[in-house]
Amino acid sequence: MDQADFAGVVMPHLNEAYSLARWLTGSAADADDVVQESLMKAFKHFAGFRGPEARAWLLTIVRRTSFTWLAVNRPRQLVLTDDEAAVEAQNRATVVTLHPKAAETPESLLAEKEAAAQLNAAVEALPAPFREVVVLREIHGLSYKEIADIAEIPVGTVMSRLARARGLLLARLGGSAPREVANGR
Amino acid sequence: MADSAMDCRKASTLLNAYLDGELDLSASLELEAHLAECAACRAERETLSRLGRRLREGLVRHEAPAELRQRLARLTAVPRPAATGRWQRRQFLAMAASVLLAVFASGGTTFLLMRPAPLDPLADEVVASHIRSLMADHLIDIASSDQHTVKPWFDGRLDLAPAVADLKAEGFPLVGGRLDYVDHQPVAAIVYQRGKHLINLFAWPANGPSHAGVRTMTIRGYNLLTWTAGDLTYWAVSDVNPKDLATLQRLIAQNTGATPD
Repeated sequence: MDQADFAGVVMPHLNEAYSLARWLTGSAADADDVVQESLMKAFKHFAGFRGPEARAWLLTIVRRTSFTWLAVNRPRQLVLTDDEAAVEAQNRATVVTLHPKAAETPESLLAEKEAAAQLNAAVEALPAPFREVVVLREIHGLSYKEIADIAEIPVGTVMSRLARARGLLLARLGGSAPREVANGR
Repeated sequence: MADSAMDCRKASTLLNAYLDGELDLSASLELEAHLAECAACRAERETLSRLGRRLREGLVRHEAPAELRQRLARLTAVPRPAATGRWQRRQFLAMAASVLLAVFASGGTTFLLMRPAPLDPLADEVVASHIRSLMADHLIDIASSDQHTVKPWFDGRLDLAPAVADLKAEGFPLVGGRLDYVDHQPVAAIVYQRGKHLINLFAWPANGPSHAGVRTMTIRGYNLLTWTAGDLTYWAVSDVNPKDLATLQRLIAQNTGATPD
């Protein structure tokens, strides 16, 4: 496509690109760097882009750039395992941080705020392979096939990672895994 | 996937795809048959469905900061003349024509000493970038008069290390640096000051045949000076006089070793 069309074709997806980078890197400053780098890459290669899915194309670039960026700049933060034992260990290590201090607000509002904060913190605490499928599915509303293409994994892996990610989230948020919840009620 | 007797473990995995609308028909029917009989799995369906709703409604959708949006719009601006650009160009041509008329009418030759604007689209783009940087209130990404701050900043972003010198003592204080976009690529822009005037010094990897030595030109009232040193091409542009620009070029060469090829 002609670079003159970039503003109309790619820029409308800037917020989604930024949000994904923000979720994958975990920081606003890092997301800023990653998005700028991604958009410049997209701009540079825009001539070779044939469409029609500019959004998926851009998100693929953002996702790849995020992980490359993390590997170079935040190597200790990047946990690319979906090994369950490692995940459990990490869960135990960070579970204390999931209860933000209560502020002075009406009780219902406080509870709501706290629940939202816990929800977001729980997703933030997921290891990268689980976090990205949850974010791509629940925030970006992508299909399994689209997620598979963007995350460069088979569709079956998308399905199993989503299932495990949700199990981890329930364990963290509800204090028990879905199976135990189901049996206990 | 389709065993006749579905156990709860398998149902649990399939529930996710089922609720996401990603399960094929036969597996869905099978799962529904299991759900009809198994209260535990029905409860799990409720739990998962509630979680899905919470995630979709509660996860933060971050918005790109306005500053980032503006920066990107500027970096991806296509330097093709838009309507206003064409208008400005026409206006300039009209002006140039009237100047020529004045020259002939007065019979004088002084105006002819003005160097004619060469037909160099790249130089034109450099001037456009210079003007944009002054107009868009985005002159610098990194404000620093310290060459040891500005130079590595570029190195981390562009993978190139342009010559940066602090020439405050010589009357060219360093203002900072920013990323810009010229000649279809991201480039470094180093900003110096001369009195009340600002000088943009662009740098990018040299490609194609380069001219030896230093070339100077004047476009739309701006003075330009370009040279290639090592593997980088430099373009200095400003409304300061050509002599000051040449001085800056010489000082940079002396201080950084970026002498013209």
